[in-house]
Amino acid sequence: MVAADLSREQVLEWLAKVPDPEIPVLSILDLGIVRDIDMNDGVTVSLTPTYSGCPATEVIESSVLRELRQRGLDDIAVKRVLSPPWTSDWISEAGREKMRRYGIAPPSANKPVACPQCRSTETERVSEFGSTACKAAYRCRDCLEPFEYFKCL
Amino acid sequence: MSNDAAVLAYTLRLADNALILAQCMVELVTAEPELEEELANANFALDYIGQARMLYTYAGELEGKGRSEDDFAFMRDEHEFANLLLLEQPNGHFGDALVRQFLFDAFYVHLLDAITRCSDERLREIAARAVKEVRYHLRHCSQWLVRLGDGTELSHNRVQTSLDYAWRYTGEMFAGDEIDQAINADIDGPDLEAIHGLWRKDVESVVAEATLSLPDDSWMASGGKQGRHTEQLGFLLAEMQYLQRSFPGATW
Repeated sequence: MVAADLSREQVLEWLAKVPDPEIPVLSILDLGIVRDIDMNDGVTVSLTPTYSGCPATEVIESSVLRELRQRGLDDIAVKRVLSPPWTSDWISEAGREKMRRYGIAPPSANKPVACPQCRSTETERVSEFGSTACKAAYRCRDCLEPFEYFKCL
Repeated sequence: MSNDAAVLAYTLRLADNALILAQCMVELVTAEPELEEELANANFALDYIGQARMLYTYAGELEGKGRSEDDFAFMRDEHEFANLLLLEQPNGHFGDALVRQFLFDAFYVHLLDAITRCSDERLREIAARAVKEVRYHLRHCSQWLVRLGDGTELSHNRVQTSLDYAWRYTGEMFAGDEIDQAINADIDGPDLEAIHGLWRKDVESVVAEATLSLPDDSWMASGGKQGRHTEQLGFLLAEMQYLQRSFPGATW
């Protein structure tokens, strides 16, 4: 397939199938790390890393290439863009809802952290550091369930 | 020194700082006093490694001789590393490692902030990414310094000793040489004198809250930026570079 027959929407649809390796219910589109799709000369997908040392960055880049190759594209590349730096504000509404259903409280800048199980805001932070750099450990005082909170960055 | 040569040298200094501190922190993985700190330390080390990788990659492009990030990290000798002496000091006990990181991060956060306003686009982008991470590290270290300093008599005394020891390595951060001057003049980079003032103010306030005493500025060690290191760096590199030195080009 040549890039000329291809619509941007089609590429987006394919990228929506590429999961974030650390929170696999989220696609890279939900996460807001796809910054640009350039279709002028082949297909170049610009991606931005969440953290400087995010170990998922390279996995995501190779997943994008694999996904597009499987769709029959061969003139493809990924580009890493640093600026502007990624912020958790770029996680989409759909992404936030998927996180909640997965049991992770999405980042909330000015509101108290709500329990993803019972939605109570009577929660407390157990540890600022969770299983990955981007998450903190919380506990709900109402339903007593522990949960992870995706930190604002 | 040409503009390009100064930017290359400066980029390597920044990269070496991030890598050497990260390596010291990696040595502490599985040896932290509690699980939360274990995760914090490993996650912070990962941030610094990520910063080092971006900076080495840029240095390789500036140099134009095909050196990769791994070549810079694993195939250079002590005298070619330009990190601050503070960062290669041994981990010691928890308080020593904490004070080392606190004093550096309090400087690094202002340094990166200044770099986000320089005229080199790539450095600006890397700094914009990194400064958010380092702000967070600094907050964490500051909280710990207060806990230990304003904790028990034992923790207070031990962390005061750590601070007194590390202080001699802080002068180097603000002692500008021709590379620092070129960066300041040619690419609107950091003004170390201004950063010294900001650093001093931040450090004083946390140290006071921690009920610790600020050491006097007496003799200050220097030389790291110019490749003259303390003996610690040799041991650190021997361990860090072992695999690539013994099996050059090994990949997995």
